[in-house]
Amino acid sequence: MDAVFLSRLQFGLTAFFHFLFPPLSIGLATIIAVMEFLYWRTGKEVYDRMSRFWFKLFAIIFAVGVASGITMEFQFGTNWSEYSRFVGDIFGAPLAAEGVFAFFLESTFMGLLLFGRDRISKAMRFFASFFVALGSTLSAFWIIVANSWQQTPAGFQIEGGRAVLTDFFAAVFNPSTIPRYLHTVDASYITAAFFVIGISAWFLLRNKNVEVAKGSMKIALIFALFAVVAQGFLGDMHAKQVAVTQPAKLAAFEGMWENSANASLNLIGFPDPQKEETRFSIGVPGLLSWLVYGDTRAEITGLKAFTPEDRPPVLATYWSYRVMIFLFGWFVLLVLWGAYLFIKGRIYTDRRFLKTAYYSMLLPLAANEFGWFAAEIGRQPWIVNGLLKTGVAVSPLPAGEILLTILLFVVVYSGLLGALVYLIRREVKKAAVEEDMTATSAVSLSGTVPVQQ
Amino acid sequence: MDLNTIWFLLVGILIIGYAILDGFDLGVGSLYYLLGKTEEEKQVLLNSVGPFWDGNEVWLLTGGGALFAAFPQVYASVFSGFYLAMMVVLLGLIFRAAAIEFRNKVESETWKKRWDFLFFLGSFLPALLFGVAVGNVAKGLPLDSAYNYTGGFLALLNPYSLLLGCLGLAAFLMQGVTYTMLKTEGAVQERAKGLFTRIWIVFVAVYVISAVATYIVAPGLFANYAKMPALFLVPLLALAGIILGPLSTKAGRYGMAFLASSVTMAAMILTMALGMYPNWVPATDPNLSLTIYNASSSPLTLKIMLIIALLGVPVVLFYTTYVYRVFRGKVQAGRQGY
Repeated sequence: MDAVFLSRLQFGLTAFFHFLFPPLSIGLATIIAVMEFLYWRTGKEVYDRMSRFWFKLFAIIFAVGVASGITMEFQFGTNWSEYSRFVGDIFGAPLAAEGVFAFFLESTFMGLLLFGRDRISKAMRFFASFFVALGSTLSAFWIIVANSWQQTPAGFQIEGGRAVLTDFFAAVFNPSTIPRYLHTVDASYITAAFFVIGISAWFLLRNKNVEVAKGSMKIALIFALFAVVAQGFLGDMHAKQVAVTQPAKLAAFEGMWENSANASLNLIGFPDPQKEETRFSIGVPGLLSWLVYGDTRAEITGLKAFTPEDRPPVLATYWSYRVMIFLFGWFVLLVLWGAYLFIKGRIYTDRRFLKTAYYSMLLPLAANEFGWFAAEIGRQPWIVNGLLKTGVAVSPLPAGEILLTILLFVVVYSGLLGALVYLIRREVKKAAVEEDMTATSAVSLSGTVPVQQ
Repeated sequence: MDLNTIWFLLVGILIIGYAILDGFDLGVGSLYYLLGKTEEEKQVLLNSVGPFWDGNEVWLLTGGGALFAAFPQVYASVFSGFYLAMMVVLLGLIFRAAAIEFRNKVESETWKKRWDFLFFLGSFLPALLFGVAVGNVAKGLPLDSAYNYTGGFLALLNPYSLLLGCLGLAAFLMQGVTYTMLKTEGAVQERAKGLFTRIWIVFVAVYVISAVATYIVAPGLFANYAKMPALFLVPLLALAGIILGPLSTKAGRYGMAFLASSVTMAAMILTMALGMYPNWVPATDPNLSLTIYNASSSPLTLKIMLIIALLGVPVVLFYTTYVYRVFRGKVQAGRQGY
């Protein structure tokens, strides 16, 4: 095992773990800000209870996101020093901007909400929640600027063996920044909405914490509906951009080997990198050409147009992309089912839907990760597309030291994940019991059993 | 003043801001067992840093980002060179983050004890290692022609660097103990006052030894002072802070004591920075030293970064001040400790 492989493994592991949390945080912060807004404007106590409950879960998730994010800020220097030297003139600025424009905002108002919630007015609570949501959403912007520059570098020239900035706005708004940013933030909304729907479904199935669960389910369902519909367009926009700016990646997504006019959109197949073909391929002829260029006869580049060493690992890219797409298909079905039940007035009682929603709660996290695999593995063998190969970008470290830190990260992150899952389950169960206690006290006070529908 | 010098100072200010602000969190964490004996006292200590630690840590993240953006060569050489030490710092900060947020979520003795230990460890290790890192940089690093560190992990643990590690630790402890005097009352505050005197004495002793050791190990750091004696005002400022600390503590003016400790911290870091200038990392072969010129980004990047800083920092200072004002006054135990 060499340093390149180990540093990639470590970055992959730490980023995989970290990327579980920010999308959930971004979406949850936004949903909580909506609840705080409703509480501020309507004064209804149920919005307060909703916001308080979700904020408890949010705080746990946020903490692990912060803890695991610290590593990311420094890992470019520790493990990827040659990369850092090559891109420093461009890549560092978004990271610094993320600190100044996003992290300070997010963390300062998070502290206010965690410890000062009862010291500030309803309006200020809303604004603090809004700033936490804004901070996390801005943070996503800057980190995607940095990552998008790796995908589609722009606004630079090569001087003395490193990339030097020539146009800041061209580098920030490089061809993939906007499509990738919108795609990712929208994915965050889907992620959090499914999380809220799933936990609300769990309450409703047990007839616990019903008021909070119903209100949350309603808000999250509206969120999910808009976000899923939007993702249809945003995903398409992103795929078009990949087709134009990173044809090798698109070819790997589609398992397409030959250049082709009238290219078909692949539904499923089995790419075979040895034989350079995709077996049992099922697709819709002309649809890919049409989606990308609006013309069924437009030419799409295949993998064979690239020398084998310049192709991304086809299997991993193809299947990651496919799993993400299939999961998205499932999200569309589920949200439409939910919307239908909502209109029919049965969404809070349909046990089949509630169970399905509960078991689908964490699937968007998987979709996020597979999307990220597809994006990052599909960029290989380049660390900066077309400019610098991953293999020459690492720090000259002894393999043993990297192996040691990988083991440490695995142990520590497993512990963190265990604590996170334990605490979230605990808060959810506690909320169910607390609800019970208020219900019992209502019984003893009024002498009648409160009616639950 | 050229852009490179401005960025040298700005990164320095971020490091100073981090050392002052996260300094008090790390200090409280390192003194956790000494300051907090009962469950209630421990909660008071955790609550005193609870709303702030995350924002304070952002100074480190922003400093790291700014160093990457303005001086990528330094970012690359130092962090890859200090690989294992850096990873220990990062793991420490991870422990601390999780401990502060998770410790009070479950009413169980074992649960709390475990997170208590991680809170201590996660504060103590960074508080010690930051100084060790500064010591190694001050002493000069063995760099090869590609600016990669060639010394290995154990070479980082040399006596001079460990001495500076102790100096850094003592300075962090002073931040923590003065902050505790300011934010608490009763038994914890009394204990903090007692500890302050002892920490102060150790700090002064280590400070003097470090100054002498630096003159022997890294005499080059005094060259700028010889050239421009006015610079001696900065170490004098540190001295003023050192003297003011015990005086204001005795007078019961704990805000002043915290300020004095912060001034000492800032002046101490600035003293080192002025000695280094224009070097970032002196190398054992002086031709390979990383300076603010050969390690920097392009003028365009430095200029844009300056605009970002000028736009962003005033806003940050504005709302940070607001939040600190919301939490002014003494801390209580309990879930929301203010």
